[in-house]
Amino acid sequence: MNINDPEYRYHTLVVTVENKSGVLARVAGLFARRGFNIESLAVAPTDDERFSRLTIVVDLESSPLEQVIKQLDKLVNVVEIRELHPGYAVERELMIVTVGAEPDRRDELVEHLDRAGGKVLSVGADRMMLSLVGPPDRVDDFEDLLRPFGIVELQRTGRVALAVLDEDA
Amino acid sequence: MATEQMDGGRALIRALEEEGVEVMFGLPGGAILPVYDPIIDSSIRHILVRHEQGAGHMAEGYAQATGRPGVAMVTSGPAATNIVTPLCDAHLDSVPMVVITGQVPYAAIGTDAFQECDTTGITMSVTKHNFLVAEAQDIPRAIKEAFHIATTGRPGPVLVDIPKDIVDPANPRSAMEWTDDVEMDLPGYRPATDVDAAAVAAAAELIRAAERPILYVGGGILKARAAEALRQLAELTGIHVVTTLMARGAFPDSHELCLGMPGMHGNFTAVTAMQESDLLITLGARFDDRVTGRLDGFAPDAKIVHVDIDGAELGKVRRPDVAIHGDCRLAVEALVAEFTANGTGDADRGAWRSRISGWQERFPLAYEAWQPGQALKPQYVIERLRDLNPDDTIVASGVGQHQMWASQYWTFDHPYTWINSGGLGTMGYAIPAAIGAKAGMPDRTVWAVDGDGCFQMTAQELVTATVEGFPIKVALLNNSYLGMVRQWQEMFYEERYSEVFLSKDVPDYKLWAQSMGCEAMRVDDPDEIDAAITKANEIDDRPVVIDFRVMAEEKVFPMVPSGATNSDLVVPPSQADLPR
Repeated sequence: MNINDPEYRYHTLVVTVENKSGVLARVAGLFARRGFNIESLAVAPTDDERFSRLTIVVDLESSPLEQVIKQLDKLVNVVEIRELHPGYAVERELMIVTVGAEPDRRDELVEHLDRAGGKVLSVGADRMMLSLVGPPDRVDDFEDLLRPFGIVELQRTGRVALAVLDEDA
Repeated sequence: MATEQMDGGRALIRALEEEGVEVMFGLPGGAILPVYDPIIDSSIRHILVRHEQGAGHMAEGYAQATGRPGVAMVTSGPAATNIVTPLCDAHLDSVPMVVITGQVPYAAIGTDAFQECDTTGITMSVTKHNFLVAEAQDIPRAIKEAFHIATTGRPGPVLVDIPKDIVDPANPRSAMEWTDDVEMDLPGYRPATDVDAAAVAAAAELIRAAERPILYVGGGILKARAAEALRQLAELTGIHVVTTLMARGAFPDSHELCLGMPGMHGNFTAVTAMQESDLLITLGARFDDRVTGRLDGFAPDAKIVHVDIDGAELGKVRRPDVAIHGDCRLAVEALVAEFTANGTGDADRGAWRSRISGWQERFPLAYEAWQPGQALKPQYVIERLRDLNPDDTIVASGVGQHQMWASQYWTFDHPYTWINSGGLGTMGYAIPAAIGAKAGMPDRTVWAVDGDGCFQMTAQELVTATVEGFPIKVALLNNSYLGMVRQWQEMFYEERYSEVFLSKDVPDYKLWAQSMGCEAMRVDDPDEIDAAITKANEIDDRPVVIDFRVMAEEKVFPMVPSGATNSDLVVPPSQADLPR
């Protein structure tokens, strides 16, 4: 695997941690101290209230994946680390965006939105608020499409991911 | 199941007693006050220090000398920040230590209360783990977990932060029910222990085939209590051993297979043998920059077998050919068993052995002889200390030139006799660490080898030593300079000495030491050295300080300059023209 290939530069780790105060600070502090770069980070409780799950997208240009995983594993509150190889993960990201939408361009905007599978969340006089859930690269593409309309405000969640199901299992 | 109502403060002390704590080092204050009351009735001996940094280094010295976890207890705020340096020191040198800090009442946390600081936040990156305990009922479990984490896997410091309200009997939040069987809840903590048999076999194959192998031994061997197993491995295979600064004493210096200390100020043979090796059998060492010199030129022909209990060390700096993740003692014993059963192979190492003995003959540690009119030779002072003390003497050191000379010129023949600050390089470590060692090993002679810069950072703990009855001995190698910095300025900054001269006259160390209750001497003449040391060793009812006035111009050699490879080792001037 060539980590200089942009496709492999970012690697997704799904990290199960104890649901205790300060755990996110420990993870963030470790990344800062060791010079690891986080591309995106999503945190939420799991179905078991004792644990939370972090989906961390690591920029491998800053440090080798092996060191990132081993150092994370040393944190006492980190229970499990799953490494999702690019191509073997289902990844999703949510974007909410407010774009300029003058009446004469709304049809065009909604056409893009429908094709991408997004939703209209709110409509104003000359703006619309849209949402899209999808693989991160599709969210990227949609963001590019919206740019000519004028992005007023945009918020992305960072990606969450699970491993692709094994058909043989 | 036996249960008992008690308050959190009593429960904390009881939990420490249950962990087998005999001695703790600390200094009380507002937030930790309620925990100091039950100490009066406890079996634990509390040593009252003069500065919280001293408490931390004493706990480290105790742990390094005894192998048992050191314990320190201090209050909140400034006391907690004062103990950050020892925590970081213990973190870098993998010293098992439990530090208990007071904290403002739980409800006041985050309000900038008096003597409040974010202790767990500040110490997160310098501890193996830390806890902020929210409820009195959780205290026994937190203490049990703290000791478990501090002493298992790769050892390290653990801090437990205790809000005042959960230990104060006057506060209803301190009420708790003591039970005898507390379960730990550490689902993410699984330290490696067992070693993989296939990896051991692969390592054995590399070792059998190697023509120029070296056992590169670090502090992990001592942490794993593996000195005896290491000796068996070395003798069985006939492979030479280097012991890093953290591993001095793990293999006897007087053993014919011992090459001594490698690294920036290592001896020529240890440095060069590693550099020319074709296999570094790395046991509990971490390829620290002080050992490797410039990394891309380090041991270029060597394959690597790397044993470490911390998986993150495997491949962190140098990619191993065979990695064994687990306890060093188990790994070394497995190698011994493998070689005993299947032989050590028939690689021809005759040429290698004669190269090593050639280096040893041509490049011994050396310094120029003393000339009349000169101040003392610091190396000679160490040699006399060494020769006039029992060989199980514990030596604690500060950081700088005196530390390197002590490591070079002492003969360490027993494990756990050398106590120093390796990773963090904490000036002022020697005196409190020596006190901690003496507290743990009261029957042993304990010498602190210190410099005058270091001495002025923590000398106040000699008051602790006097008052609490720890008759340590301090050999002050006093050159009136921050000597190691002076050496770098002489060699690399064109002798432009910037802010390194302390003073020839102040303080008067003899008077200062006497004022702290110590016996004190000053030695200027080489002929007086032996008498002073002999006199110091006869005194056992108070600490002794000897102010040895040594040459400021003396430099530590050999030396690998910063940024150079180990092949560019600078030897003393007398050896500069010898063929390598």
